[in-house]
Amino acid sequence: MIKNLTLLKPNKESLNLYISLGTIFFVLGIADVTFNIFEFLPIWISFFVPLAFCFLGLHLIRVEFSGNKKLDSLNKNINSNWFNAILTIFAIFLLIKSIPPMLDWLFFDANFVGSKKEDCTGDGACWVFINVWFERLIYGLYPINEIWRINAAFIGLILTVGLAFFVSAKIKKYVLIFLIFVYPFIMISLISGGNFGLEWVETNAWGGLALTFIISIFALTFCFPVGLFLALGRRSSYPVIRYASIGFIEFWRGVPLITVLFMASVMFPMFLPEDTYMDKLVRVVIAITLFESAYMAEVVRGGLQALPRGQYDAGKSLGMGYWRMHLLVIMPQALKLVIPGIANTFLALVKDTPLILVVGLLELIGMIDMAKTNPKWLGFAAEGYVFAGFVFWIICYAMSRYSISLERKYKTDR
Amino acid sequence: MKIKNFNLGLGGFLSNNPKLGNFLPQAVTLFAIIFIIGFFTFNAQTNMDTRGIDFGFGFLKQESSFDIQFSLIDYDGSYSYARAYLVGLLNTLLVSIIGIFFATVLGVVVGISRLSSNYLISKLAEIYVEIFRNIPLLLQIFFWYFAALRALPLPKEAISFFDVSFLTIKGFFVPKLVWTNFSVLFYSLVAAIVSIVFIYIYGKRKQEATGQRIPVFLISVGLLLILPLVVSFLGRVGLDFEIPSLVQHSETIFNFKGGINIIPELMALALALSLYTATFIAECVRAGIMGVTKGQKEAAASIGLTPGQILRLVVMPQALRIIIPPTTNQYLNLTKNSSLAAAIAYPDLVLVFAGTAMMQTGRAIEIVSITMLTYLSLSIAISIFMNWYNKKIAIKEK
Repeated sequence: MIKNLTLLKPNKESLNLYISLGTIFFVLGIADVTFNIFEFLPIWISFFVPLAFCFLGLHLIRVEFSGNKKLDSLNKNINSNWFNAILTIFAIFLLIKSIPPMLDWLFFDANFVGSKKEDCTGDGACWVFINVWFERLIYGLYPINEIWRINAAFIGLILTVGLAFFVSAKIKKYVLIFLIFVYPFIMISLISGGNFGLEWVETNAWGGLALTFIISIFALTFCFPVGLFLALGRRSSYPVIRYASIGFIEFWRGVPLITVLFMASVMFPMFLPEDTYMDKLVRVVIAITLFESAYMAEVVRGGLQALPRGQYDAGKSLGMGYWRMHLLVIMPQALKLVIPGIANTFLALVKDTPLILVVGLLELIGMIDMAKTNPKWLGFAAEGYVFAGFVFWIICYAMSRYSISLERKYKTDR
Repeated sequence: MKIKNFNLGLGGFLSNNPKLGNFLPQAVTLFAIIFIIGFFTFNAQTNMDTRGIDFGFGFLKQESSFDIQFSLIDYDGSYSYARAYLVGLLNTLLVSIIGIFFATVLGVVVGISRLSSNYLISKLAEIYVEIFRNIPLLLQIFFWYFAALRALPLPKEAISFFDVSFLTIKGFFVPKLVWTNFSVLFYSLVAAIVSIVFIYIYGKRKQEATGQRIPVFLISVGLLLILPLVVSFLGRVGLDFEIPSLVQHSETIFNFKGGINIIPELMALALALSLYTATFIAECVRAGIMGVTKGQKEAAASIGLTPGQILRLVVMPQALRIIIPPTTNQYLNLTKNSSLAAAIAYPDLVLVFAGTAMMQTGRAIEIVSITMLTYLSLSIAISIFMNWYNKKIAIKEK
């Protein structure tokens, strides 16, 4: 087709001419997309004008082995043949059409300062909404005067985790044990209060991003060991234990989390003795833990299966018993293999926490739902969801990056 | 690290008595399971006795007396709870199938794009995957439903597509196909498909026996097009379009009448499910294609296969072996995730049955169990099928 036209076939001899011609056409095409220069033409022509200009421009600068390094790498990456050129043009058009309006909405036309709805005069986003509701979005309905307790609990958590990173390996063990077995209870007693002269705050008042973190942290801590035992159970040589584990795992993996939450909130109280009462938040955390531990078990099982038999044989031949062999030989290697899987399960858990909305617990997304239905602040759903999406994205992206670095750190050659 | 001997004496005792060592842990487990189940059953029994509720599924036959906004089969308040269950289940399946279709198409496109030699395209695909994979699905559903679709115009200023379909805040109105003598067309299609299967088998046998190839693909397309057309013509199959039209209800209230209304809940849910699941499918596709080694393609080319044949006969069969198991898992996840419909009031199984029906009857145990069992049997059926399929396509090593 076009290749056969020698007139239009760009060559090395008059490189500068082709480059300048191509650039002019290309810039003209881009300019047409942005400013609609050829609007006077009938719509079905003006629609294709920029496409044709850009295509021609890219065709003219597609000079093979031009000797110009920048041009060569450009051609290789985005302009290697006519199909790639069209893809490039569409990608650029998409970016031109979508990025500027998005930036306008997010920043340039947006209102940042103010205290009420009327302060939002621009066409863009009304970040005043987030500003005003910020405390509620983070802490839920927790009493304003007591917020320092949540802050203290989380700052303590961050400090202890930071400590675990910097101390020597000998002390690190004790810090980790403290972190996993003691600190959660300190955190809960600090946040819920009721002793040490702290005011009792009902779990109904907990909410916002803090609740997301609380549920995630507890479910993560519990679901990991439960998942390990389930994975071992599924590979057990005792039929009763094996089938019990299989049944348990497949049951939780087969149902959606939302029905599990329904079960925890409406069905489970029926299963408890008459006078006992279990807090809804506790029931929900147990439900999420059981649900995610089944997924964790499957991930860990993948690691166990991937280990060669020789590792088991070696462990046994050293005279190790079942538990010691798994603790010292099998688990460290198996878990290392499945770091990405474990990270994915943790990510799924964090992304699943907003679902607790259906049983009436209001974490970040639930609080946004509440804020946007407030009569004084109607019509700011988009801002709220973009904010929440940003927060969750940061959390999840950071977790996945961290898992990749862990994977690299513990990678061993086989 | 030094680990002290933490056999509590019991371990040594058990390993000295193999029979007892085999029996005791299992007996303890069994006892614990029976105890827990018994404890829960006993409590449930006492609780229901004190509240005067009896356990049973008789309520399914009662009149439901609530309406469902969107239904694929005839339904109103006078039908039974069992029928409401069916409506919910069909709606769940509908949104799942729509979601699976679009997620697969988008996922394959994005997965291939990520491997593209074009820098811009692969970068865009990567950005898409990283953004949509890391935001909770519920948030995405809410965003499309409460923020994006609410910005659509009212019926009076609807966005029209060729004057037959209309996109409004109340949903997407598309023409309805009204068939006459539809069964004739249906049977002719079935006949065409059956004969294609036979021709395919015959063609394969002939190629294996003699090496001659018959143009199976062309024959199939021809059969699929011509046979139904001819039969429809002879059997007087008719097709009419019922185009939605704007109707004025009062001075300011307009709405569309006729056609099929794809309600905004369905749109938002299908959109969010497809966009979210497509990111995972894209990763599966990418892993699958990267999993086929270059040597395979070169070997295929060296025995004289055309590029199309290489893709069809050598690359795809091997890539699919890697792609299909995790992708099926994603389909299953999508189906389970469609239960998030309850959060935006799309009448799926969870909303209709575990929501409205449970509020009305108050039978928490029966209804939650039925709902869970439905999802459970769905996923167990699919995983049994997948295990069978995996065994079938696994490489048989010598």
